[in-house]
Amino acid sequence: MVSRAARLYIGLVVGVAAVLVAILFRKAMMDNKFWPSPTEHIRPLAALIILQALFLVCDSGTTPMTSRQTRWSPSSSATLAAVVLLGPVPAALVGASALLSLQRHLRLAERLFNAAMYALCGLAAGEAYLACHGSPGSPSRQDFAAILLAFAAAAAVHVIANHGLIWGVHRLNRERGMWTRNGLESSLALLLASDLGYACLGLVIASLWPVVDWFAAVLVLVPLFVARWAMAQFAEQQRAYAATMSALSQAVETKDFYTRGHGDRVSRGAVMIASQIGMGADRTEAIRVAGMLHDVGKLGVPTQVLQKTGTLTPEEFAAIQLHPKRGLEIVSEIGFLFEALNGIMHHHERIDGLGYPMGLAGHEIPEFARVIAVADAFDSMTTTRSYREAKSIDFALGELRKGAGTQFDPVLVEAFIAAMQEEGWELAGPAEAPPDPATVTVKDHDDPTAPLPVVEP
Amino acid sequence: MTGETIGRRAAPARMAYWQALDSGRILLMAAAAMLIIAAAVGLSALHPHDITVAPRAAVAFGAFIAFGELFRLALPGGREAAPIAMVGAMAYAMLLQLPGQHGRVTVTYDALLVVAVAAIGMAVGALPHVVAGRPAGLTGMCTRLVAVSCVAFIFRPIVSAGFAKLPPAITISVIALVFLVGWLVDSLVGALIRADDVGARFSVAIRDEMRLQWPLGLSVGASVIIAVFGAKRIGVMELAVFIGPLLVTQLAFRRYAGIRATYLQTVRSLARVTEVAGYVETGHSRRVSRLAVAVGRGLGLGEPELLALEYAALMHDIGQLSLRDPIPGGATLLVGPDDRERIAELGAEVIRQAGVLDDVAELVRYQSRPARGHDPAPPLGSMIIKAANAFDDMVGGSTERNRAAAALERMRLDPVEYDAGVVAVLVEVAARRVPSRL
Repeated sequence: MVSRAARLYIGLVVGVAAVLVAILFRKAMMDNKFWPSPTEHIRPLAALIILQALFLVCDSGTTPMTSRQTRWSPSSSATLAAVVLLGPVPAALVGASALLSLQRHLRLAERLFNAAMYALCGLAAGEAYLACHGSPGSPSRQDFAAILLAFAAAAAVHVIANHGLIWGVHRLNRERGMWTRNGLESSLALLLASDLGYACLGLVIASLWPVVDWFAAVLVLVPLFVARWAMAQFAEQQRAYAATMSALSQAVETKDFYTRGHGDRVSRGAVMIASQIGMGADRTEAIRVAGMLHDVGKLGVPTQVLQKTGTLTPEEFAAIQLHPKRGLEIVSEIGFLFEALNGIMHHHERIDGLGYPMGLAGHEIPEFARVIAVADAFDSMTTTRSYREAKSIDFALGELRKGAGTQFDPVLVEAFIAAMQEEGWELAGPAEAPPDPATVTVKDHDDPTAPLPVVEP
Repeated sequence: MTGETIGRRAAPARMAYWQALDSGRILLMAAAAMLIIAAAVGLSALHPHDITVAPRAAVAFGAFIAFGELFRLALPGGREAAPIAMVGAMAYAMLLQLPGQHGRVTVTYDALLVVAVAAIGMAVGALPHVVAGRPAGLTGMCTRLVAVSCVAFIFRPIVSAGFAKLPPAITISVIALVFLVGWLVDSLVGALIRADDVGARFSVAIRDEMRLQWPLGLSVGASVIIAVFGAKRIGVMELAVFIGPLLVTQLAFRRYAGIRATYLQTVRSLARVTEVAGYVETGHSRRVSRLAVAVGRGLGLGEPELLALEYAALMHDIGQLSLRDPIPGGATLLVGPDDRERIAELGAEVIRQAGVLDDVAELVRYQSRPARGHDPAPPLGSMIIKAANAFDDMVGGSTERNRAAAALERMRLDPVEYDAGVVAVLVEVAARRVPSRL
């Protein structure tokens, strides 16, 4: 989906790139300085074509860096090698080869934009390199220290131009891209670091060129592909991990007919709140898991108690109050989940201190737990229970507002409502009739509209 | 320990460090020590001129190696690698030329100098680990030192014989070939140590080692060639540039190994839901998985199969969650065969939901099927889980020898239910069982 503003923007970028490249190309031709002075051992035209090929190979498959939109492509190393070996205009031509990208799914507009963007990046990096007194041609030992500085400037300009131009598209499309409400996303550091790391390969290619010629490009491709392989493995493992987690949490829910999918939905709601308040990628990932597993401890509560009709004795209520602790026992050994553990342990605490299991109040309650509490109550209200139909979204949000400040953290409730307005909410499908009425939980302990009836001691 | 460990045999408590060493490790460390002594003696006997050739290169590569040891990489299966240190050491072993005042100069130093620089670099890089209380990783360092020494002893004489003047196509091929030798030495020694550690067959261990290490080895090999030729043109300064991409590659591997470890931890933890819910005895799934992996290893399964087996064994009772009431004591041995089939079927269905663990689901599905009399026969992993589960149902966490012997005897007399080969290995595994610390 491309907004009109974004379309204008893309047109503008493409236009500027085309005009700039054309002007500089003409100028270079007229001054007879299109290629740098014919240095030793470099056949410029062959080098240009090989670097373009390298660019296309690097660009053929980008690998997701994090779970969100960030993608990583090492093609900048080819452009930056051209900056050092051949100069700004050839570098722009290397970048422009993105038009022929081997990623088939790209549409023409995307190809045009990518080509224009990489051409502009190459041009800017090339000019920066020259401005910092980097001499075109393969570096040798004598001028290496000076070239190192100039190259660092060129790489920085390339990375900034690249992300800046992409950010423009996201911005105009009203996607967040790498920005969250509270500033940059935490994975940006990772992305920038890896971009700069691979940009160094440009200088390596340029240095090797006089010795091994085109083979430099092949040599560099090997570590690049291995890194990409590792990243693909990472992504695959992450997918497998999420799928397994979801399957296991569903298995846990098989006991209770009406709460099927509850973990998945709470996880979704918690992630919505998390991205609304600008949590980093790693913490968002952790809260996704915490949301999914927050009720896992219910397995440790005797089924008769969970399914009991009528009032609960204080002992039975105590057993229910134990479920967050039971959940903690189960997941406590999962290494990365420190904050998620807090979320699971305290998701039934209340801001006014009347919750369980520990009766924490206000900001004593860990942030994860406050987030999960909101999503948890919302999903409980908007799904059908044996004793009532599902409530409407508006009603549930109203209840959340009512409970803000006593049961829920008001900031998070507002964040949730704002996220709802932006992203919408997919309600759970209508519950089918349970095959065996005895397997049904009568009162849902998560439901704020129907507090558990307990006999006063 | 944060890395995943596949059934590493626990050393009995209260032994001195050297007592816990096995013969393979002692041999390896002796070899490394001999190399270091030889380097010290040999270098002190040499003319000072031979040692001080290209001192800057020695310092730069030594620092590079130290940096690489500092940033080691945890790989799946509790392995540790130091790819950056490996690149530095191998490149120093195969350095051809450096730019001098008047054109390029061929560097001809002794292989012993390579051993010395690598050893010093590794020691310096390991120091922060020791100070921070982490394991020094002596075994890994010794393995790398031996591999690098092999490469240096092959390659340094070739360089002295005027090899550096040959065209790049030939030098690149020879460097690649010699690196391959070094990599094979590294993998062989690594597999030997590992086979000893976990009680795997050597043939299986070497296959696992190579399968796991080849992408990293390929990357290191290409990086070595780049480093050698880069140094030829711009000297040791190139190392400063080259470290960037190497670090990013390492980062990618680190994330991969990290998520794998988390995955395994999560499955281990969630497999306990059946225990918390009172369906099975505490520690049952973990004991069964430990037994099953040990038996699988004894039967010569490779690491991917062992991982699937471990997952399947951990989750083999997950189907019980769909039962209305827990089985008394959770022992599936005590319910009828039809119910057992149903639990297995339900569990497999749960795992199949994930969509990525179909091989694990298969193992769980056939876990209660008799070993004989069914066509097709159940997969080996299922037969292993069946035997391990039955053993644990009968013996539990108890380490009484008589109880275990009786259980094994009962299984041995029932070759239709339990595969004879599996039971034979189970007898061996049970014999060296140490009290579980669950």
